[in-house]
Amino acid sequence: MIPGEFDYERPSDLGAVLRVLDERGDEAKLLAGGHSLLPLLKFRLAQPEVIVDLRSVTGLDTITETDGELRIGALVTHAQAMTDPATERYIMLREMAAGIGDRQVRNWGTIGGSCAHADPNSDWPALLIAARASLVCSSVGGERVVPARDFFTGVFETAIESNEMLTEVRIPARTANTGGAYQKLERRAGDFSTVGVAVRMHLDGGTIAQAGVALTAVPSPMAATDAEAILVGAAPSEESFAAAADAAAAQSEPVNDAHGPADYKRAMVREMTLRALRLAHERAASYA
Amino acid sequence: MSTHHISVTVNGAAHEADVEARTLLVHFLRDGLGLTGTHIGCDTSNCGACTVIVDGRSAKSCTMLAVSADGAQVKTIEGMADGANLHPLQQAFWDQHGLQCGFCTPGMIMQASAILADNPDPTEAEIREGIAGNLCRCTGYVNIVKAIQQAAGELSAADDAATVAEETAEPNEPVAAGGQ
Repeated sequence: MIPGEFDYERPSDLGAVLRVLDERGDEAKLLAGGHSLLPLLKFRLAQPEVIVDLRSVTGLDTITETDGELRIGALVTHAQAMTDPATERYIMLREMAAGIGDRQVRNWGTIGGSCAHADPNSDWPALLIAARASLVCSSVGGERVVPARDFFTGVFETAIESNEMLTEVRIPARTANTGGAYQKLERRAGDFSTVGVAVRMHLDGGTIAQAGVALTAVPSPMAATDAEAILVGAAPSEESFAAAADAAAAQSEPVNDAHGPADYKRAMVREMTLRALRLAHERAASYA
Repeated sequence: MSTHHISVTVNGAAHEADVEARTLLVHFLRDGLGLTGTHIGCDTSNCGACTVIVDGRSAKSCTMLAVSADGAQVKTIEGMADGANLHPLQQAFWDQHGLQCGFCTPGMIMQASAILADNPDPTEAEIREGIAGNLCRCTGYVNIVKAIQQAAGELSAADDAATVAEETAEPNEPVAAGGQ
């Protein structure tokens, strides 16, 4: 299947990319790993006038921990996120990335492409929402740092303006007594999530001091704020976890589709939340 | 129509061509270079039949533009054998009956080569996880896994032999390229 016609540019640095975006706006689409964009081009779901290939852009493929944040360049691949020494302590991130697609897809697909595309069944958004990450949107005018909770606005929708490129993702660094988990239900190995739940938890003494809970695919990335409210200040226990899981299921808005009926997905939100909470708690408690 | 001049090294040979921006890498390999060993299966990056190695990373060539591969090193199934001698992976697929219709085989072998490049001694679980992006509708995978295990053993043995040859070689004596 051959895509429709388009012009092609391959700038050698970020500044040149941003200048093209400034001139062409919505007429341009950025190409990183291509695993979201190429299918769209083939199916004519996207028909941009110009493709801006990021393959020659350097400096956006590193992961560093700076100023209390894990900073991930937009061109970091899922495979790199899984194996880079900088993510060694970020178990949730590695476990989530390992569940994306298959090896070939992870070799080329990028965090930036995945987040900018914002497929509602993709896994990065919920993780970033749960971890209270922020995303850097760059344009010729400068940078905007947007909290993940404001960045993902709906199904295939984000806060990126037409003259901007997502250039970096910033996750608050993992500190002592902090742990996370991502639990994904998929129909086949490597499939998009039917339901996914990300949890990040910080313990202080006998209570949960901070909690992030976010959901994938019911129907788009969302913070389970009712669950978070139940958890913060509560003791980590089967009782509080069950109450939070109930709240997450109630707040989710699953739809009937090829992945399953809505009531099944709602039940799975509850179960995946419960599992993610138990695992995140275990990891937080054992990380001194 | 947007046409671009590209230089791509495929199986060690440099190629230059003018391609339309929308040409997929798999079409360039098959139609442009006549390397029809790389197959087009699902065309949606699910099946892995089109798997090739681009700059050391396995890739589904139906999901990459040929123009993006400008300047890249590409390896396809045609680059595996050494003349008439099959690559250990090819021989292992033969020996273990790792194929029936053969449609998935080129992609499967290229992905297997990527797995072994990362991990010369994979467990069965690691092999299965490594070929999760390559679908075979005939074999049930059992003999494919056996083939990759056989090749892993032979390639490690060949590496050990090459190391021994290197260590025992007299100065200035050419190192035997055992199994390379």
